[in-house]
Amino acid sequence: MTEIKDAQRLEELRRKHGRLAPDLSAAAEPSPNDDVRSRQPRFCGLESGHRACQGCGEALGARLVSETAGPDVMLSNATGCLEVFTTPYPQSAWRVPFVHSLFENAAAVASGMEAALKAKGKRTKVIAQGGDGGTYDIGFQALSGMLERYHNVLYVCYDNEAYMNTGIQRSGSTPHAASTTTSPAGQERMGKRHLKKDLLSIIAAHHVPYAASASVAFPVDVRRKVRRAMDVEGPTFLAIHSPCPLGWGHDGALTIQIARLAVECGLYPMVEFERGEVVSVMPIRDPKPVTEYLKVQNRYRHLFNDKDPRAREEREHLQALADFNIARYNLKGVGEDVMDTDGLDTVRRGGPVQVM
Amino acid sequence: MLEALEGSMAIAKAVTRCRPEVVAAYPITPQTHIVENISKLVADGQLKTELVSVESEFSAASVVLGAAAAGARAYTASSSQGILLMAEVLFNISGMRIPMVLTCANRAIGAPINIWNDQSDSMAVRDSGWIQIYCADNQEAVDSTIQAYRITERTELPVMVCMDGFVLTHTYEPVDIPDQDLVDSYLPPFEFKRALDPMNPKSLGTMVGPDFFPEIRHSHHQAMVRSMSEIEAADADWQNLTGRQCGGLLSVDGPEDADLGILCIGSAINTLHAAREEHPELRPAKLIKLRCYRPFPAAALCEACRGLKDLVVVERAFSPGLGGIIGTEVRAALAAGDGPMPRIVNYTIGLGGRDIPIELYPQLIESLDSAHDGAFKIFDVELEKLAEEDR
Repeated sequence: MTEIKDAQRLEELRRKHGRLAPDLSAAAEPSPNDDVRSRQPRFCGLESGHRACQGCGEALGARLVSETAGPDVMLSNATGCLEVFTTPYPQSAWRVPFVHSLFENAAAVASGMEAALKAKGKRTKVIAQGGDGGTYDIGFQALSGMLERYHNVLYVCYDNEAYMNTGIQRSGSTPHAASTTTSPAGQERMGKRHLKKDLLSIIAAHHVPYAASASVAFPVDVRRKVRRAMDVEGPTFLAIHSPCPLGWGHDGALTIQIARLAVECGLYPMVEFERGEVVSVMPIRDPKPVTEYLKVQNRYRHLFNDKDPRAREEREHLQALADFNIARYNLKGVGEDVMDTDGLDTVRRGGPVQVM
Repeated sequence: MLEALEGSMAIAKAVTRCRPEVVAAYPITPQTHIVENISKLVADGQLKTELVSVESEFSAASVVLGAAAAGARAYTASSSQGILLMAEVLFNISGMRIPMVLTCANRAIGAPINIWNDQSDSMAVRDSGWIQIYCADNQEAVDSTIQAYRITERTELPVMVCMDGFVLTHTYEPVDIPDQDLVDSYLPPFEFKRALDPMNPKSLGTMVGPDFFPEIRHSHHQAMVRSMSEIEAADADWQNLTGRQCGGLLSVDGPEDADLGILCIGSAINTLHAAREEHPELRPAKLIKLRCYRPFPAAALCEACRGLKDLVVVERAFSPGLGGIIGTEVRAALAAGDGPMPRIVNYTIGLGGRDIPIELYPQLIESLDSAHDGAFKIFDVELEKLAEEDR
């Protein structure tokens, strides 16, 4: 057997994967501007070069969160795509301290990290993150415990509405009627029979200081919500709707458009809770019919079979769910608003805001 | 100075002396008194630590994982079902080579539900990659807990200190809780080299493929094997400081020329001591106390068994369909050694809290008249309680 030295092996792998070791000689002399905080405005927590699919909503969401939260954070990551595509040993795409333990304990590990920092008198913020499987389902107990114990942790759920890492199985977050590999559409079934769990309301019922939903379609809004949560001394929660081109069955180039449609039709309401009460919503300027959102995704393809009378019925169910969300959170915009779905989507480059 | 303390209180005080920065607490009989006592010490200001009262053992283990990864000295305790619920995290902690100490108050596993002592719980996680140390009495439990921090922080292998539930945890014994200064001199502050730190960001718990996985497992195994010297040194240094020692990896007591050995782990060894004293007319026996079960001290065991004709392995757990767990491992270790093999008889005694009375000892010795090499049975089973077809 040939004995391969670790360093050699590392070099070999780096060459193979196109990631050569950085030249550290230039960085040997510490500069006075080299402290972590002075680098914050240009900070990038999640580097490029990781192995996410093209158009991955979760990768985009995680980059937005980490660059907004800044370098003085520690991450506790649940098992899932994010952990897998960012940390294939011996590589890591993270520029912040990162620990992945298990699928169901990101919130509990974060609780321990926060307790340790408290014991040491440090103010580094702990962020726990996971997908919807690790948050809505298997990690739900640990999350509830973390919120109840009032740990100073921001929990971010990248919600792509199924177990994508294992190959698109239904989760508690999968929307009604969506087809997954464990809720497939067929002669006897029209996709998932059950409703999407209303996790945000359950989180809000813990009366935590801040809990909100966001979407990768609105990066400015994601950043604002991360900053808001970072300012809170206590448990906060952010669900970021993150399309999965593979799991939802759409082109990778459509991620942002599809995420935007989910908000605009009312199926993924943008809501902020403080201490259990709704304090703010993102108004929808012109609510779209849910079919516009559904028809561009293969997971809803069975809802557009004209020969199947159940297809229309399910489309109506989904429209009713969207209408319910719009009524419940009063999402219908009144006139034009720079902070509504259209306003936030408008590119402005300096100068006063033009209200049309 | 000796104090009469309940085992659980003694552990709580020993843990206090170790200055843990984070303690995760979750109740389960018979471990509960440990976390209750720690909580009271925190409430009374005698222990400055971040006490996290979690919602399950799963989270208890996860909290101490996160705390230690962030560089804090961490402690938790559990039993039985709690150890099993933690199992996934226990493997994770050792796989990441995160130092910490956990007390296992040994208890049977259900079904049928049973809250009393045996060692099925810690045996179920023997392959988790944790160091396992078993305690014969409460003083050993106190001393081993303090030693465990030294061992874990030097080896980056987590340590499980196992003490028999109720038999030790709920028993009052005179115990010496060493002074804080003494413990401080023995146990320097915890400096975890791989701690999470924003100034020097590292990724822990990354995805390792077939390229590196066997190498990482190999290094873990090597670390376990090498930790034996650290475990012995921790006990030897402790003896220099306090005059007490716990028996290193294993200890042998009895006449030099005895050709009968009885090996056991945990508190039952003291019952055997008392029984041997009570029955001087019986065949002389060496009592072998196996203190360190993982790593398994095969070489020390071969040395201890040199010259034995008969060896009885007594344990408080077993593997259904196989027989004794420790007995099987002892046989394997002696077979690989260079000495002649003794006849090995393997008994499981005291399952689910069944008392191990002194009267059992003569029966144990007498059974050797008829037992064949490799025999295994649940020694104290009362077959007449079972239906004919189950006997």
